[in-house]
Amino acid sequence: MSKTPLYDCHLQQQAKMVDFCGWDLPIHYGSQLKEHQSVRLDAGVFDVSHMTITDIHGPDARAYLRYILSNDVAKLEQHPMGKALYSALLNESGGIIDDLIVYRCANAYRLITNAATLQKVHAWLTLKSQAFNIRLQPRADLAILAVQGPNAIAKVAALKPHLATALCVLKSFASLNDQDWQFARTGYTGEMGLEILLPANEAACFWQALMAIGVSPCGLAARDTLRLEAGLNLYGHDMDESVSPLECNIVFAVDLRDVTRQFIGKDAYLALKASARQRHQIGLSLASGGILREGQKIFDGEKEIGVITSGTFSPSLKYSIALARVQAPVTKPFVEIRGARLAVQTTAIPFINATLKGC
Amino acid sequence: MYQDIMKISASHEWLILESETIGIVGITDYAQDLLGDVVYIELPKIGQHVSAKQSIGVIESAKAASDLYSPVSGEILAVNDDLNADPGLVNRAPHSEAWLFKIHLSDLTELATLQSAAEYQVLIGK
Repeated sequence: MSKTPLYDCHLQQQAKMVDFCGWDLPIHYGSQLKEHQSVRLDAGVFDVSHMTITDIHGPDARAYLRYILSNDVAKLEQHPMGKALYSALLNESGGIIDDLIVYRCANAYRLITNAATLQKVHAWLTLKSQAFNIRLQPRADLAILAVQGPNAIAKVAALKPHLATALCVLKSFASLNDQDWQFARTGYTGEMGLEILLPANEAACFWQALMAIGVSPCGLAARDTLRLEAGLNLYGHDMDESVSPLECNIVFAVDLRDVTRQFIGKDAYLALKASARQRHQIGLSLASGGILREGQKIFDGEKEIGVITSGTFSPSLKYSIALARVQAPVTKPFVEIRGARLAVQTTAIPFINATLKGC
Repeated sequence: MYQDIMKISASHEWLILESETIGIVGITDYAQDLLGDVVYIELPKIGQHVSAKQSIGVIESAKAASDLYSPVSGEILAVNDDLNADPGLVNRAPHSEAWLFKIHLSDLTELATLQSAAEYQVLIGK
């Protein structure tokens, strides 16, 4: 099993470790609910070094990314260097191979993709690169820490005083570089915060420094409840190769404005968009009677119309929430839990709105 | 933590006899730790007749749902309603305040199928 550079730190902090896509990672450090609240109310840190970083070099990097990504990296040029863009990687049928973040950096583009999709994405990027003069550089030498919460940026700024001013004014999806470190105003919790890419051999030291100023270590379990409250999809659950961006609320990641741009999956996307065939993602909540879970069936009257793709107990709301994919919009859905049909509320996504303020 | 008067099932419920035929049932500290933060509990109904090893309810943690079993057969005499409002009690006090239900045992020979606290601790490697 693969270990991140912070493996020993996790063990020292009594983390309960699990196998996540071949990585030995902390699921929690005692209580996932407390970790969740620390991110909503103060600051928490996640080791997300299992995610895949690939730098793309070469004269054709821009053209290559405009061809393989649903979103258009050309619009990054309207922003300072380091700007990030959320995108899908589509196959020819318009299904989602992965979702990712791409950064425009000084000498290259940088992709951050999921751990679960490592091999297929690498194979796809390589296959589709043949007509382009580019070079893919995997960056296993970097670790990633996500520091998230209303006090996250102030706490990181306290450890990096020479960057404090710049970090405090960093805009959403912007990033700044400091030698081999990259500080990005991104995250997967719905809170303010940073994702910090740093040399693997400096990660443990920085982790300890975060602990020393009261940042809570947080595991994968809290990461999942936080992202679901924020209405963010999880690859392999809410989206996969059988799902179009139209069907999981990420149409903002498909840029059609440049009509001359041809990208993989565009034709299939446009055909589905023009049809009435597409399914819909809806938010659900259940106040009592159990917890909504992935795989539970959704009914409109007696008719089965869909399935929950992610469900959990919301630690912030104190009731259960879920994302579901249904064939048609529905006003009075039912969910089947342990053989019983329960009325379930449709709810706006995101389920919670954090007040995002700087430091 | 594990008391000598506990009798414990392979599915991690403890039973303490309150009288010759009435037992109090809960889940073990080891089980609550495996489950993680408990967020919802569905207990059997008072008056319900249950069989040993039959699923009679559910304990949902933040991460997953697990069936609740009775370690013995009998009639449910009482359930711990405090757990509806505060399911996390199962994590904090699994061997005391977070008892789940009281049961009138219908077959005392089933007690022999349960482990002693000492045997159970060997099983879980504690």
